[in-house]
Amino acid sequence: MSTGTLPIEEIQAKIEEISVDQAQDELAQGDVVLVDVREPHEYEEAHLADSVLVPQGEVLARASEISEDKDARLVVYCKSGARSARAVHALQEELGYTNAANVTGGIDAWQEDGKPIIFAEGMTPEQRMRYSRHTLLPEVGVGGQLKLLNSKVLLLGAGGLGSPTALYLAAAGVGTIGIVDDDVVDESNLQRQVIHTTDRVGVPKTESAKKAIADLNPDVEVVEHRTRLDASNIMEIIGGYDVIVDGADNFPTRYLLNDASVRLDKPVVSASILAFDGQISTFVPHDGPCYRCLYPTPPPLELAPSCGAAGVLGVMAGVMGLLQANEVIKLVTGIGEPLIGRLLLYESLGTRFTELKVRRDPECVICGPDAEEIPESEMGSFPDYELFCGGTGS
Amino acid sequence: MPTVKIPPVLRSYTADQTEVSVDGETVGAVLEALSVAHPEIREQLFSPEGDLNRYVNVYLNDEDVRVLGGLDTAAGGEDTVVILPAMAGGSASS
Repeated sequence: MSTGTLPIEEIQAKIEEISVDQAQDELAQGDVVLVDVREPHEYEEAHLADSVLVPQGEVLARASEISEDKDARLVVYCKSGARSARAVHALQEELGYTNAANVTGGIDAWQEDGKPIIFAEGMTPEQRMRYSRHTLLPEVGVGGQLKLLNSKVLLLGAGGLGSPTALYLAAAGVGTIGIVDDDVVDESNLQRQVIHTTDRVGVPKTESAKKAIADLNPDVEVVEHRTRLDASNIMEIIGGYDVIVDGADNFPTRYLLNDASVRLDKPVVSASILAFDGQISTFVPHDGPCYRCLYPTPPPLELAPSCGAAGVLGVMAGVMGLLQANEVIKLVTGIGEPLIGRLLLYESLGTRFTELKVRRDPECVICGPDAEEIPESEMGSFPDYELFCGGTGS
Repeated sequence: MPTVKIPPVLRSYTADQTEVSVDGETVGAVLEALSVAHPEIREQLFSPEGDLNRYVNVYLNDEDVRVLGGLDTAAGGEDTVVILPAMAGGSASS
């Protein structure tokens, strides 16, 4: 008979319940197997010393890992005492364990009583609280949050796309956010560049963004790169980061970034917006296509208007910027399916998403087979980007 | 009749229509019919020699026609032809 269907009160009546004080006494005396039946991400976040993790759903299958001796003293806990009651009942009724007890109130009661707990390393109590909605997700957990806290992400621009991306990555606890921007905040930016404020018009964008991020999350270190990326500085600037977020407003920078990131093996999350339309893809060198596989040559000037010239719905920056942040979080934590080899188009007027396949170009001059023959001496020197469309946004 | 999705930068040539339905049994014929209906779009799509410009990507549904049969790829009633030029709008201001 399955014990999972009985009401919890009925189960508790059939097993031995002990208080957290009793449990602590027994543990101090020794000769007890302490069993945690929560999920791995819960255990990772905080658990009792010397406990064995066997999630409730696996207790029957893995009972021998708990103890081969069915008369051994087992003290079983979970978060609040319900899952562990079912585990004790199952061990007792189905496998014949004779001496298992449930800790009433679980680790919550233990902690409330001020008894010692082993917390995940690397996170302060404030961080455990701040990021609890992340660590509650089994896919992220404490391990994923620590990866975010140790990650370094570079944003090209603190403008339309960069503003929402920066705010959400900062809130998510990305440890270091670099921002490349040589512009100052203008009144016409505020319709979409939500990291800036009215009273910071005229302030450099990197400085304004740094202020907003510091107010939001003091865990984040902001590195200001108050410059424009060019062939002379790109290798040095991007070299120190794990992921690059491309929201550049002009083609020379996009091609330059692509070529440098392929050579340095840095993933790039690339999005662009215009009017009511946006597109986004994730380029991971050699795992998928690069920007040049998708767009081998830039379009002529008349097909490359900037947002400044053509206008853009402010919300578009939010939608596409947050899709970029989502890609970054997946790349850093290693979860989900990044947009590698896929180009996602969003049309806001029709509220339609379209996904297109992007394939590696076997003849790509940057990531194709011949690209590896580029000698070290040419690293960092790139073709004639400035000749591409003077059609930059500025 | 296949539907052609027009990107923002080309909509001024299609009277601001985002989608245009035109006849044609191949991708090339569909784009030719589009160019007849909206003549100014032709030079954006094709070189003087009649090849697709390299800076314009054309997809039949979700696949780049270059990995299919190019302009000779068959297109039918339910198909969508997506014209996709690179876009660079993004983060900087002004």
